Parts: sequence; structure tokens; C-alpha cells
Amino acid sequence: MVPVDYYIILSAILFTIGAMGVLIRRNPLIIFMSIELMLNAGNLAFVAFSNMYKSFNGQIFVFFVIAVAAAEVAVGLALIVEIFKTKKNINIDEMNSLKG
Amino acid sequence: MTQLDFYTILPLTVLTVWACVLLLADLFIPKDRKGITAFLSALGLAVTLGLTITQVGHENTGFNNMVVVDGFAAFINILLLASGLLGIALAYGYIKRMGLERGEYYILMLFSIVGMMLMAQASDLIIVFLALELLSIPLYVLAAFARPNLQSEEAGVKYFLLGAFSTGFVVYGIALIYGATGTTSLSGIFFAASNGTSSLLLTIGAALLLVGFGFKVAAVPFHMWTPDVYQGSPTAVTAFMSSGAKIAGFAALLRVFATAFPSIAVDITPILWVLAALTMIVGNISAISQTNIKRMLAYSSIAHAGYILMAFVPYGNKEVLPISIAAGLFYLVSYAVTNFGAWSVVIALEKAEGKGLEISDFAGLARKYPALAIAMTVFMLSFIGFPPTLGLVGKFYLFRAVIAGGYTGLAIIGGMTSLVSAYYYLRVVVNMYMHEGDPTIESEEWLNFTIATTAIVTVALSFVPQWLFVMASTAVLRLF
Repeated sequence: MVPVDYYIILSAILFTIGAMGVLIRRNPLIIFMSIELMLNAGNLAFVAFSNMYKSFNGQIFVFFVIAVAAAEVAVGLALIVEIFKTKKNINIDEMNSLKG
Repeated sequence: MTQLDFYTILPLTVLTVWACVLLLADLFIPKDRKGITAFLSALGLAVTLGLTITQVGHENTGFNNMVVVDGFAAFINILLLASGLLGIALAYGYIKRMGLERGEYYILMLFSIVGMMLMAQASDLIIVFLALELLSIPLYVLAAFARPNLQSEEAGVKYFLLGAFSTGFVVYGIALIYGATGTTSLSGIFFAASNGTSSLLLTIGAALLLVGFGFKVAAVPFHMWTPDVYQGSPTAVTAFMSSGAKIAGFAALLRVFATAFPSIAVDITPILWVLAALTMIVGNISAISQTNIKRMLAYSSIAHAGYILMAFVPYGNKEVLPISIAAGLFYLVSYAVTNFGAWSVVIALEKAEGKGLEISDFAGLARKYPALAIAMTVFMLSFIGFPPTLGLVGKFYLFRAVIAGGYTGLAIIGGMTSLVSAYYYLRVVVNMYMHEGDPTIESEEWLNFTIATTAIVTVALSFVPQWLFVMASTAVLRLF
């Protein structure tokens, strides 16, 4: 039996990698993958805690997170495709038509 | 599931079903007559508003304590529905003129409003999370609604990426709170926390939650997206999201922190103090150098988020909490009304392809269209907090609550930054009255209606603020 601490430490590491990815990478698709990593770090923590407390709340939450993440993918990819059609480029450093 | 369960979410159900029906019905409405969709959406909101008003004074919970109806939720919901109606009124002519007229616009707005209302009623973190997403996802689409306009698409992508980033924080925060207390229900967290469970994990979780909500309500240092998104989105969308999303975000923040986390107030209050102070200072100072009116109003909305955040600082103090909630709600009303008014004036002057949005484009407005100039002056004075406007009364109640909580320093920062803000708000007024120019405006009946109503409400309510304040004071939060 692996203690719950190990899962939480792993999830914290995943979450940090995800957050760093969002801040460092310049391609919206990679940023988006990093965000998914952050969400899944949350899911891992939920499942681990759920097992620790022997309650189902955490596992139910994971289902909600998965469903919502899918909805977000649908909208997010559509937005990225739209901007690619207009600009032929999706590097976020070049998304600079708004400034002041 | 009992009848009572369904009664608690009746307005939400009606609005959701209505939006789904409209999504189908819209297919059969001819392209040049999308005004029908606008009318039907407004009808749905009006019916929902009626149902919500019947819930005033009731207090019950539904679905195993997942959602709650109380005075607080009813007050926020009425405010949100009224914002939705104003949002439709000012979009009606605008999206036609900008060639954006598609029925989905109004339907997406309805879905977003359902999310906002659910957020005010949520009494479990699962529902808070769901409502947050239901609110945000339609707004991402609306921000990019003017495609293939590059600025609008960019606004959509930026809003989406940062919104999803903040969702990550919310989910991880809730996971840690669940880990610390073994439950996601607000009452359960309250009881577990007061029995002294590991408070470090709980505090980290609450702080992560605060980061997520900070993004949503545009608090410094999580505000970087706001100017870009508010500038790039179609102006009618900006007006709606700067009011609606902020009201809902603050409602959830207030409910979650006041009901579930009073036991860690000692750790959270200093963070809120710094957030509020930073938001007021950075928002107001950055607004000074703006020349684009949309960008200036975006920074102004950041600054106002700071003022509203002040109401949260004494949240752990049971004696001050009622008046600070009342002051926060009052300020939300005053902000929403003024904000809609100011954005509608911007819409009246906006031309195709983002022309007519510089502050210098307001020059000469007073000579040519005195009524519009007077309305804009009223809104600017209300933003500053100058008599005789609602903004002054709102700030008065807010500062009073903060001082009662013992945070005089914060109130002084609020007062000083209000003085700074007078500079950039009055610049618009000076442009309208003292500079020569030849502006042209679009006169649309529903837009004029919005401007007139919000201007009259801003001035008239400031003479009888007691009435609204009593309403806000009775809108109590259900505490445990």
C-alpha cells in the first residue's frame, strides 16, 4: 500500500510542471496541454484523498473535471483554429495587436 | 429528490430549458430577423426574473445541500438578470450594425447567466466549479464573436488560455481543501475546520482558490488579461462580462470564504488586504496613461474590483460581516449600473473597424449631443464617487464598513486612489465639454433607452440610497 503522501507529492510536482509550462511555453497548444496537466494533477489528488477518506465525493468531482475539461477542449481548439485561419500563425508572442 | 429540491433551482431550470429551446428555434428564424431571438431571450430572462422575485424571503437548501436559496442568492440573481436584460438591450442594435448578428449571441448570454446564477446559489465546491465553467465557456466564445476580426479572436484566445489556467488553480485548490477536511460541502468544511483539522493544507487550498477567483474578477496581480480582452471583444460583450462575471465571481468568493473559511481568517485576511490595496493602486495608476476608452474602462474595472475586494477584508469578523456584505452588495449594484451606462455611451460612439474609440473622439460631444454628454458625465462622476451619484453612496458605505472592521489604512488607500482616478475620468469630461470636435453617434432606440435608464437610476437612487441599502442588508448570507 503506497501512502497517500506520495500521491500528493506526485500531484504537486505535476501541478508545478503544468503551471511552469503555461508560463514558459509559447505555443497555445502546448500551453493547453500544460493546463490539462494541472487539471489532472488535481484529479490525482482527488482520487488519492478519496481513497484515504473512503468517501466517493472526490471521485465524483473527478468525473465533473473530466467532463468540463472536454467542453473546454472543444471551445479552446475552435478558438485556436479560428486565429490560425486569420493569422497563419499561433505563436502567442505574436498575438500583439492589442496593447497600450 | 423532492419538490423542494426542484423549487430551489426552478429559475435556473426555466432559463436553461428556454435557452436550449431557443437554440433550436433560432434555426427557423430568418437571417435578417434575428431581433426575434433577442426578444425571446429577453422574455425568458423576464420570466426568470419574476420567478426569482417569488423566491425572495424564502430560505432553503436542495439536492443534499448542494444548492441553496437565501436572501443573498436572490439579491445577486435579481441583479444578474437585470444585467442580462441591459446586456441584450445594448447589444441589440450594436451587433446588427457591426455585422455580427447571429442568434447564438443571445443564447450564449443566457447560458452564461445560468452559470452566474448557479454560482450565487452554490453551497458545495463541486457546484462552484461547475458554475464557474458554465459562466466562463460561453464568455470565451462571446469574446471571439467578431471573427474573423483579428483583435476579437486574440481576445478570445487570451481569455480562454488564462481562464483555463485559473480553472487549474481552482481545481487543485478544491482538491487540497477536500484533502484537509474530507468534504466539499461548505457547511462540512466549516465544521471540519472548526474542529481543528490540518489547517496548513486548508489554508493553501483556500489561497489557490483565491488565485482562481482573482483571475475571474480581475484582481491584481492576476489582471494581465483584462485590458486586452476588454479591448478586443465586441463592446457589447465587454459591457456584459465586465459586470456579470464580476458580480458572480464576487458572490461566490463572498459565500465560500464567509461560510466555509472563517476559522482561517487570520491567515487569509492579510492576503485579501494586500490584494485589495494592490488592485486599487495598480488599476487606477495604469488607467492614467490610456488613450483608448475601452482600455481605460478596463483598467477602471480592475480598480473597482479592488474597491469591492475591500468589503471582503473583514470577512472573519462576525460583527462587521453583515454591514460589509451589505456594503459590498450595494457597491456591486452601483458598479453594474454605472458600468453599463458608460459602456453604452462608448457603443453609441463606436464606428466599424474599431474607430471612434479614442478618448479624443469624445471632443465636442457636449455641443452636438448635450444629453449624451450629460449622461457620460454622470457615469464618470459616479465612477469617481462624486455627488450626486450612486458611486459616492457606494463608496461611503464601503469605507464605513472597512473602518468598522478596523482597517483604516486600507480605507485611506481607497480614498487616495479615488482622488487619482478623478484625473482620468475627468479627462473624458474635459474632452467632451472643452475641446472642439465633430463626433457622430449612432442613435438606436434600445441603446438610448439603456443610457437613459442607467443615468436616471445612477442619480435618482443616490437620493434614496437607504431603500437599496435596506434591501442589501436583508440579503443575508446563510451562515452556520
